[in-house]
Amino acid sequence: MRDFSYLRAASVDAARQAAALPGAMLLAGGTTLIDLAKCGVAEPETLVDITHLKGLNGIEVSERSAIIGALAKMGHVADHADIKSRFPAVSEALWQAASAQIRNMATIGGNLMQRTRCPYFRDPANFPACNKREPGSGCSAIGGVTKGHAVLGTSDACIAMYPGDLAVALVAFDAVVHLGQSQVPVDDFFLLPGTTPDREHAIEPGEMITAIEIPGSASARRSTYLKIRDRQSYEFAAASAAVGIEFEADGRTIRDLRVALGGVATKPWRARAVEDALKGKVLEPDAVRAASLLAVEGATDHGANHYKIELAPRVVARAILKMGETA
Amino acid sequence: MTVHNIRHGDASDGAEAVGGRLSRVDGPAKITGAAKYAVEQQLEGLAYAVLVESTIASGKVRAIDTNAAEAAPGVLQVLTPDTIISLRTAADWFGTPPPDKPYCPLARDISFSGQHVAAVVAETFEQAVAAAALVKVSYDETPSIVDLSDAKAGDGIPIDAMTKEWGDAQGAFASAPVRICAAYNTPREYQAPMEPHGLIARWEGDQLTVWEPSQWLDGMARTYAEWFGVPFENVRLVSPYIGGGFGSKALALSHGAVAACAAKMLGRPVRLVMTRPQTFTGYGGRAATRQTVTIGADRQGKIQSIVHRGVNETSMDGMWVEPLGSVTSIMYATPNFSSRQNVVRVNSVMPGAMRAPGENPSAFGIESAIDELAYEVGIDPLEIRLRNYAEQDPHAKKAWSTRQLREAFATGAERFGWARRTSEPRSMRDGNQLIGWGVAAGTYPVRRAYGEAIVRILADGSVEVESSSIDMGQGTYTILAQTAAETVGVRADDVVVKLGDSRFPRAGVTGGSRLAGVMTGAVYKAATSALDQLVGLAISDPRSPFHALQANTLVVANGRIGSPRGDGPDVSIAELLKSVGRDHIEATGDTMPANSTPEDRYKNYTTIAMALPHTEGDYSRHSWCAHFIEVRVDEDFGTVRVSRVVSALDSGRLYNPKLAESQWKGGIIMGIGQALLEEGIVDRRHGRIVNNNLADYLVPTNADIPDIEVISVGIPDLHSSVLGGKGVGELAIVGVAPAIANAVFHATGKRVRDLPITLEKLI
Ligand SMILES: Cc1cc2nc3c(=O)[nH]c(=O)nc-3n(C[C@H](O)[C@H](O)[C@H](O)COP(=O)(O)OP(=O)(O)OC[C@H]3O[C@@H](n4cnc5c(N)ncnc54)[C@H](O)[C@@H]3O)c2cc1C
Ligand code: SF4
Repeated sequence: MRDFSYLRAASVDAARQAAALPGAMLLAGGTTLIDLAKCGVAEPETLVDITHLKGLNGIEVSERSAIIGALAKMGHVADHADIKSRFPAVSEALWQAASAQIRNMATIGGNLMQRTRCPYFRDPANFPACNKREPGSGCSAIGGVTKGHAVLGTSDACIAMYPGDLAVALVAFDAVVHLGQSQVPVDDFFLLPGTTPDREHAIEPGEMITAIEIPGSASARRSTYLKIRDRQSYEFAAASAAVGIEFEADGRTIRDLRVALGGVATKPWRARAVEDALKGKVLEPDAVRAASLLAVEGATDHGANHYKIELAPRVVARAILKMGETA
Repeated sequence: MTVHNIRHGDASDGAEAVGGRLSRVDGPAKITGAAKYAVEQQLEGLAYAVLVESTIASGKVRAIDTNAAEAAPGVLQVLTPDTIISLRTAADWFGTPPPDKPYCPLARDISFSGQHVAAVVAETFEQAVAAAALVKVSYDETPSIVDLSDAKAGDGIPIDAMTKEWGDAQGAFASAPVRICAAYNTPREYQAPMEPHGLIARWEGDQLTVWEPSQWLDGMARTYAEWFGVPFENVRLVSPYIGGGFGSKALALSHGAVAACAAKMLGRPVRLVMTRPQTFTGYGGRAATRQTVTIGADRQGKIQSIVHRGVNETSMDGMWVEPLGSVTSIMYATPNFSSRQNVVRVNSVMPGAMRAPGENPSAFGIESAIDELAYEVGIDPLEIRLRNYAEQDPHAKKAWSTRQLREAFATGAERFGWARRTSEPRSMRDGNQLIGWGVAAGTYPVRRAYGEAIVRILADGSVEVESSSIDMGQGTYTILAQTAAETVGVRADDVVVKLGDSRFPRAGVTGGSRLAGVMTGAVYKAATSALDQLVGLAISDPRSPFHALQANTLVVANGRIGSPRGDGPDVSIAELLKSVGRDHIEATGDTMPANSTPEDRYKNYTTIAMALPHTEGDYSRHSWCAHFIEVRVDEDFGTVRVSRVVSALDSGRLYNPKLAESQWKGGIIMGIGQALLEEGIVDRRHGRIVNNNLADYLVPTNADIPDIEVISVGIPDLHSSVLGGKGVGELAIVGVAPAIANAVFHATGKRVRDLPITLEKLI
């Protein structure tokens, strides 16, 4: 580990200013950052500690929306009664993420900013080629071990999977990221790798996430997060789905449907094709299964991750049918 | 290392005697953090070493540029193959005389990715880490053989010593009415102990002290002594607690040599701890294996022939043989049998011992194959095992010392409700969940060796036990306290057991599930002779209150001495020692043959050459078990969850059932991980394990483990050990993976023959 300086920001503005300097990084719960520093991926010159900033850990839930401060802990948000009742998918996504210890440390802002688990990205000593780490250096994953890599949203430059759970639920319900005064829809906040996989978020040095806002909706209220993995707990998703549904008055016809995928794409992946195919239709198992196949339209695999293309539609279908059952 | 004054258990429930359910006496120290592990020693002047590892799998180091590292803050030295002091090659664990050539723990010739090529020593750990990243190594790379499936790997080297044959296996197979043949594969698996490998080494003149987690103090001390050319007595190994070993901490390894060299060159104590990723390449996990099992049987499922071929991988310059025919050759009665094994060299670190080496993968083969045979002939998988029950050791042709396997099948089946099983695959379901029930047997040989212990009765009436054996969580501290307490006649609370220091009386390796049997025997002998001395003094010393009684024996119980009939004086041990003017009584006990020479003793404790074969004499000695396991497989997702485990096990007499049950459950949990999760994944272009951390190398979490019911069906086996116990620690993992694979077949109709059974193999 290299020497670095450590600075406790006195205010959000001070934090932004400090973070704008070259080599500076914000430090929240540290569960991603310290880990990456140990692997030799993150080499901050200055750590700007924001954990003690006041007023950033609130959770305000109203009829209209939920506003969650960037420093709210994953565990607190997961356990918040109003989040559980009005945004079950958000609570469930958090509960199934990481471990209890990590959820108690980690913040919502940090969670959105977590990096990929691509093993090549995390091992610079052995795999110098990684476009995400070193633009233009190549991609060690392509042609290597790809079991955990993305099948959607990939490019020739990078196939790294976005590993988080929370953002999948956020993208399904049109959440917005607050960067102080400015606001960015979550779907736009996460960038596709394209030719610049080093740029993952629509955030500039000197900007800081202050909160996320999730609009309240009937579909958010009737939602779930289904996460599939070999290990029952403490593992990233092989495939996951956030699903919310709203029925017409008849209780069978789908008025609104939200579907997003995790564990299979380079960013939290909204599956609008599935939504569009089912909106206005009566919820019926065969139709749901057929429509769910649209979730992986355009997917390409790299061998060992092919199973994700099979798995993801099944996860989507199960989640939609589960939400239908609870009518 | 010493566990003092901890109240544990209630004497009235009999927990303190051998066979009682005394809780682990070292538990409170571990839970409260009072237990100090090897590398937590605070030493004056400690320096920190960090390893630099090869980033290629095969080739030569061309040059090592250490300039930047040497100039980095706090750096004391950078060790390379050129600058490290030269060592002598040490004998292997059999004690085979080594070739007379120098040994360098830093490699010039690279035969696997992650090999140690350099080390940086600095004032602080952080400085050493930073400087290690500045060491620039350039290589001349050559093509590597990645693993067993590499086209260049070839058939490997036949290991004739592994060949077991009787009858005409091929002929009988050819003419059998029912024939099955299948290949079973297990991947590289890793011990992944919570405490990573590491040590502190300190030289004082030509005396070396090493604080290092160790499953074998005397063996490792010998290796260090031979490396540095100093007498064995000059090396002291201290290892009071071990945070898990599972076979991986029995040998002195190259990182230990590096730290000891650095300490010697620097004249300061040096600490070196592996990072978690380094623990995947710094020493070997379980070798990847391939087996084919062919069984010929009649239509009633009676086996006529078994032909078994096995292959395991080893490194380019080391020879690891994972005995794959070990269970195959003894589990079932068969008139014709053939098992052969090859070993294939690949560019990996040399594999090593991991919980039940040999028996574990061997059982995956034969216990899966017998299930396939059961379905082929349409007989219940439990029934076919009983039809082929081996009444004697089919290989050694000797009687079993004890084999409660029939009882294990019966008891396990009863508790599990096996009779309610419907045999058709996919015939049991609950919504989206396919339910499957599987059974498999397991076994592990009774490895016997020798040990010594000192038992002291101290002036205050307490008892002290010393042995260089160790407790890595399996309960040595506790069962030796129970043994000494029961034998001398004091409360277990009044016994202090000291382990983990090579200055203490010696012990062989803590591996192969042998330690409990060996050390209870040694402590029993030492304690018996201490008791004899105590009673002798009480009877014969003129100053003793019992002198006038003219008794020929006395009774010691609960720390007090009295006459058998209860007449006469009743005094505490402390009072008696005071009255006869003694401040302690000391006795050494060992289980070595009486005519053993000092050379025999040295060889016994520092090599494994003198272990007694389990088939020595008239009997064949093994532990046995039967696992009954229920799985739920999600039909759409292919995820497998173990929902019920009932295992009945025969480990002979249990010295402490509570600790034995914990060990069995631990083995079963590890078996669940092996069946469903664990796999070292290799990048084929770089020959490197890429999931080398505990987020990506998956071991089970609590959420993966259901309630596990373990039932002891053993009876005392005095052919196996002095007090009647057989091995406990390794037994229970054997057979878990095939029981799960069989259950998955029952659930889904899919036979998965490659571990682990991950979801993509089932969707
Ligand atoms: C073993 C393991 C398993 C995990 N499993 C899962 C899982 O299953 N699902 C899942 O979703 N996650 C998982 N995670 C990731 C975990 O959720 C994240 O590490 C965590 O949410 C990060 O939050 P933090 O507060 O600790 O962030 P930090 O580590 O402090 O920061 C992470 C990054 O975000 C930046 N940052 C922090 N706060 C802000 C802010 N307010 N504005 C702008 N930038 C900011 C930092 O500069 C840094 O680059 C796992 C992590 C580990 C180590
Ligand atoms: S997939 Fe992306 S993160 Fe992984 S090695 Fe390639 S470029 Fe780097």
